Amino acid sequence: MAIEVSDLRKSYGAVEALRGLSFDVRRGEVFGLLGPNGAGKTTTVEILEGYRARSGGSVRVLGRDPAVRDRRQQERVGIVLQSCGFHSHITVREAVQHMARAYPRPREVGETIALVGLEDKADERSGRLSGGQRRRLDLALALVGDPELLFLDEPTTGFDPAARRTAWTVVGALRDLGKTVLLTTHYLDEAQALADRVAIIKDGALVAEGPPAELSPTTAGYHVSYISDGRRVEHQTDDPTDLLHRLTGDALARGDRLQGLEVARPTLEDVYLDLTAEDER
Amino acid sequence: MSPATLAWEQFRLERKLFWRNPSAAFFSFGLPLMLLLLVASVFASAPDQLRVVIPGIAGMSVMATTFNALAINLTFRREEGLLKRVRGTPMPAGSYFAGFLGNAVVNACVQVALVILIGHLLYDVTWPRDWLELIVFTLAGVITFGALGIAMSHVIPNFDSAPAYVNFVFLPVIFISGVFYSSDDLPPVLDAVAGALPLKHLIDGLSGAIVEGAGLGADLGSLAIVALWGTVGLVLAVRGFRWE
Repeated sequence: MAIEVSDLRKSYGAVEALRGLSFDVRRGEVFGLLGPNGAGKTTTVEILEGYRARSGGSVRVLGRDPAVRDRRQQERVGIVLQSCGFHSHITVREAVQHMARAYPRPREVGETIALVGLEDKADERSGRLSGGQRRRLDLALALVGDPELLFLDEPTTGFDPAARRTAWTVVGALRDLGKTVLLTTHYLDEAQALADRVAIIKDGALVAEGPPAELSPTTAGYHVSYISDGRRVEHQTDDPTDLLHRLTGDALARGDRLQGLEVARPTLEDVYLDLTAEDER
Repeated sequence: MSPATLAWEQFRLERKLFWRNPSAAFFSFGLPLMLLLLVASVFASAPDQLRVVIPGIAGMSVMATTFNALAINLTFRREEGLLKRVRGTPMPAGSYFAGFLGNAVVNACVQVALVILIGHLLYDVTWPRDWLELIVFTLAGVITFGALGIAMSHVIPNFDSAPAYVNFVFLPVIFISGVFYSSDDLPPVLDAVAGALPLKHLIDGLSGAIVEGAGLGADLGSLAIVALWGTVGLVLAVRGFRWE
């Protein structure tokens, strides 16, 4: 296991931010931590990164307790913080080069810059980069040490759709390199596209865990719809086979065509909304 | 790389950052020198006053390049998350701060040298009479005001207000500490306040080194007060330190 979290607790005064969270991240997988704002995603990640002390439970990151600072450990971990500035007067290449010096076996600087797609901006000063380019520089700085494990805290927040696709390609490339990635996001399509497994947390507790495709909502999940008399008719069911059999049987008997028939599997979004949205109901 | 090599690399980066940021370079370097030229020109025909102003501006420069620069810069780095980022890498904290502080030390030393050079070449003030005392007091001043600058950054709530906080301390202190005129001319109350603070004693020591030449022994009292403030500053700098 790259990360083992068991019964993790964190209180700020009387407020319990994390209430007994447990999950594991396997080596070489991309693991997504999902949840609404304030669910405890960043608190969890910052405990794993060693920035915050936990109030209870046990945590292992690459086999060690992250609360105990250790230079050897930092060499194996790359961290992309949720928001972080730069010295605007040094170039992308200078920033990456400087960071590389702190690591025993850094990745080649030019190659790192190319990996995040900043090769055209390598000699540009950091202060002149766009928001998306800055985020990619964040990633380059975290990658240049060639870490085994990478933390990405909301890596694409504020990106336009094209920039997000680029970032996804980079995370895909990291997976191909065999890296373990723990990412937090509140974009469900992002988790669905990138993560091998996800954990959904709410109010500091785990509400679901598994591969995105295997998480199922507690309420009826499959959407079946078709057009009848110019109106779209929608059904929800746990058992689409039976429903379709009846619908199509009836339609054939009537001589109807069931125009625009659609069968949709429950998406991660359905699961997510189902599990996290009860407060809004 | 060894921690010492990393400190050296951090120092080189800090030098680059300093020179590439024209406004910072101006306020740390240009402003004290401009004040020197203005004030010294006013007193150009009064050698007694010049002998007050040259050590005075040298002392002010030490404070500006360490206390002011470090307090503002550290507030910026904390607010922007730069310190937090460093904390998450294998860069040893000692190497990082050695480079960061080394940059301020170099600025202070270059600035003192420039003030002395200008004083000698333009205003006919003698070369320093006691080089050892000059070095001792410059180093003591750099350490003391550097530590106080770091401690100050713990108090400043955000980067936008940093210059205001810093100048709230800096301007009154240079005014009462005998930078522009002899502090003997001050009302006793203000002189007593200045006497409790380190800048006046730093300037007394620099004055002893540059003008009087009576030896380090004559200014040991001043050195003790600067060192006392330095100790207090170091304790506060370390104890209140936050990475984010």
